[in-house]
Amino acid sequence: MSSIEDIQQRSRTLRSRIIETSHKASMPHLGSCLSCVDILSTLYFSVLKIDPKDHKSPLRDRFILSKGHGAPALFQVLAMRGFYPESWLDNYGEDGGIFAEHPPTPCYLAGIEAATGSLGHGLPMGLGMALAARILNQQYNVYALLSDGECNEGSIWEAAMFAGGKKISNLCVIIDFNKWQATDRSQDVLALDPLADKWKAFGWDTVEVDGHDIYQLQKAFSNFPSKTGKPMAIIAHTIKGKGVSFMEDDNNWHYRIPNEEEVKKSKMELGINQ
Amino acid sequence: MRNSFADEITQLAKEDKRIVLLSGDIGNKLFDKFKEVDPARFHNCGIAEANMMSVAAGLAMSGLRSIVYTITPFTTTRCFEQIRVDVCYHEAPVIIVGTGAGLSYADLGPTHHSLEDLAILRTLPGMRVMAPCDAVELRLALREALKGNSPVYIRIGKKGEPKIHNTTPDFIIGKSITLREGSDVAIVCAGTIMTEALAAADLLHVEGISAEVVSMHTIKPLDDAYLVKVAGKCKLLATIEEHGVIGGLGSAVAEWRSETNSPIPQICFGTPDEFMHEVGSQEYARKKYGLKAGNIASVITERYKSL
Repeated sequence: MSSIEDIQQRSRTLRSRIIETSHKASMPHLGSCLSCVDILSTLYFSVLKIDPKDHKSPLRDRFILSKGHGAPALFQVLAMRGFYPESWLDNYGEDGGIFAEHPPTPCYLAGIEAATGSLGHGLPMGLGMALAARILNQQYNVYALLSDGECNEGSIWEAAMFAGGKKISNLCVIIDFNKWQATDRSQDVLALDPLADKWKAFGWDTVEVDGHDIYQLQKAFSNFPSKTGKPMAIIAHTIKGKGVSFMEDDNNWHYRIPNEEEVKKSKMELGINQ
Repeated sequence: MRNSFADEITQLAKEDKRIVLLSGDIGNKLFDKFKEVDPARFHNCGIAEANMMSVAAGLAMSGLRSIVYTITPFTTTRCFEQIRVDVCYHEAPVIIVGTGAGLSYADLGPTHHSLEDLAILRTLPGMRVMAPCDAVELRLALREALKGNSPVYIRIGKKGEPKIHNTTPDFIIGKSITLREGSDVAIVCAGTIMTEALAAADLLHVEGISAEVVSMHTIKPLDDAYLVKVAGKCKLLATIEEHGVIGGLGSAVAEWRSETNSPIPQICFGTPDEFMHEVGSQEYARKKYGLKAGNIASVITERYKSL
């Protein structure tokens, strides 16, 4: 397991690479990517039982980026974890390539468990994978990272009821609760609060953490699978655009692409020199 | 037909431990025997078809063979995006079964009619689309679908549909079954409306018209080879389906005619571009939409004699 300091450093590097790629490939959803970086680095460097050299092992843990628009962050963390060379990302967004705004299907890129992008699909698919483990008597866990806006989708709550009712205890949901969706505050679009109570009411163990605090995230993951036999929902309070002062909590960065000067300033704030 | 489905899938589940059956809160007691085989492989997913379809995809992506079963509109139009993205885009070998297809549930109103499922499912890359004409074909379709490794949609009737096949025919997905040889008119039919197709052929015989009757149980991939053969033999082709005339079997055959520049004329029997607002039985609905043997035979006779 990597140390907290190591994971923090990885998060800084990932943020810098995501911002550079966004600039170079005109890739949107920067704010949404930056808000989930610490969750991804914690999972990939201290939680998931995965082996990039044996990425099809039936016993591997599954991670699904249900908020598929965070793909630019996922692609970077998968490269950093060794699923493919980081140099592959040099032609991000190019015609004929594989790296787009959303993840491709698993057979096109190692490390991807599901092609997401249409919200509300990743969790139910992951639920199927978690149910398969029970039927096949296998011991793996399934993790699905959702956005708060994604909780608008009815299929999320269909899955939540199924998993809660059938006690799918090897299923963990992490909600990147950055309080924004594409065009407005998530709480102002649809009645989201009280989010943790909602998941609890659907039969899940819930815990609220600071989604940028590696220690808190690791502690939450260490209690999963829960002894209660319930699935677990980790409500991770995050800041959209986290890590760069002029992007933090500014929803313009849902679609805005940083210019050269902004990339330079971001890297300086992140303490990345190259 | 649904009882045959329950019976066959129960048999298959005994033989194949990968089979998992998901139902959308229908079929009270229908699957009790399946549950006896292995309760862990049957799940009532509740009235939540979008989740059910995604779960089926997740199961299939984990090495299992999931079968999704509910009333046709709810397992097709209701969760079309889940079929498109989670099943087809991922090439997940899910078998989707729609019960009470076409006008089987005519008396339940248009919410329960299914007259567009063949059309929309046919548009999805990798999806195979089937409409067996009776329980015999349904059982064979299920077995064949499980041999393959790609998504399949099978629309079936409700219960009490007459048996068409007295013996077990050779059954290959994408290859039609000729039920009756003929030389003047080819009646190409999909699904349980086959009873009317065969009765229409009898009526045509009285008129001195020799009608071939074919079960085109697979709408996609279409049996092009058969169409080439029959177009060289017959003067007129009629498609019959309990489905809208837009996008189903008739359209698929018309696409083939267009692609191949086939000169054979075609009559499409199906339901028109409308919802059925009045109440009625399946028989009533078939009659209303000109899908009974008498009307089929007279339309074909008139057209044939004008050629």
